[in-house]
Amino acid sequence: MIETAFTPFQSLGGGVLIGLASVLLMATVGRIMGATGILAGFMQPSSMSDWSWRAALLAGMVSGPLVVMLVTGSMPAVQVPVSTLMLVVGGFLVGIGVTFGAGCTSGHGVCGMARLSPRSIAATITFMITTAITVYVIRHVLGA
Amino acid sequence: MRMITLYLIGLVFGIGISISGMANPAKVLNFFDFAGTWDPSLAFVMGGAVVVAFIGYRFVLKRPAPIMSERFMLPTRSDLDGKLIGGSALFGVGWGIAGFCPGGALPAIGTGNINVLIFMAALVAGIFAAKALQSMNTTKQAA
Repeated sequence: MIETAFTPFQSLGGGVLIGLASVLLMATVGRIMGATGILAGFMQPSSMSDWSWRAALLAGMVSGPLVVMLVTGSMPAVQVPVSTLMLVVGGFLVGIGVTFGAGCTSGHGVCGMARLSPRSIAATITFMITTAITVYVIRHVLGA
Repeated sequence: MRMITLYLIGLVFGIGISISGMANPAKVLNFFDFAGTWDPSLAFVMGGAVVVAFIGYRFVLKRPAPIMSERFMLPTRSDLDGKLIGGSALFGVGWGIAGFCPGGALPAIGTGNINVLIFMAALVAGIFAAKALQSMNTTKQAA
C-alpha cells in the first residue's frame, strides 16, 4: 500500500475540467463523454467520420499528461501498488464489465449521473460498492 | 476545425484526469480503502465533474441540435436489467483489483508508464471477449 496525500483542490479542479469536457463534447458532436463507448467505437467504428472524431478526442486525452508536464515540470503520478497479474486480471474484468454494463466511471458516473439517468445511478452505486468490497477483501482479508 | 476542436476537448479531459488523481491507481484504491490508507480526494473529482456537467447539460440540451452533428445521441433506456447491474458489479471488481478505470487509463497512456499499457491491453481483450459473448448470445436467441 502507498499512502497518498489528500488533494481536494487539484481533485476538484480536475473534476471541473472533466465536467467541462463532457459538456463541450455534448455541445459539439452531441455525445456522452464515456471512455468505454469512445474506445469501443474507436476500435470498431461505424464509418470513417465516426472513427476520426474519436481518434482526435483520444489523441487529445493522451496529450493531457504531456501538457501537465510542460506546465508543471513533472509528469502526473502513476503509482501502481498492485502486481502485473492483478493489472491483467483486473483489466480483463473491467473490459467485460463495462461492455455488459454499457459504461464506466465517466459515462455512468459523471455524464449519466448529471443527466439523472436511473440506469447510470444504479450502475454507479453498484460499481462503487463492488469496488469498495474488492479493495477491502484484497487489503484486509487476504492481506495482499 | 472539427478535428482540432475534438482534440482540444480530449485535451481538457486528459488534463482534468491528470491533475485530479484518477490516472493514479494508488490514489484511486486509497479512495476505496476506508479501513486503511483512506484518501477522500476522488469524491471531489466526481463532485466537481457531476455538478459542472449537470449545469452545462441544462443549457446544451435546450438547443435543438449540437453544433457539429445533426442530433444529440443520448441513451433512452431507463429500465434496470441484469446485464447493467451484473456488468457494473464486475467492472467494480476489476477496478478494485487493478486500480485503473478506462477514463483514468486512456489519458495515462501519455505518461508512457508500462503498467498503463499492460492494463489497456487486458481491457481491450476484455471488451472483445464480452462482445464475442454478446454476439454468441444474439445468434443463439435468433436460432
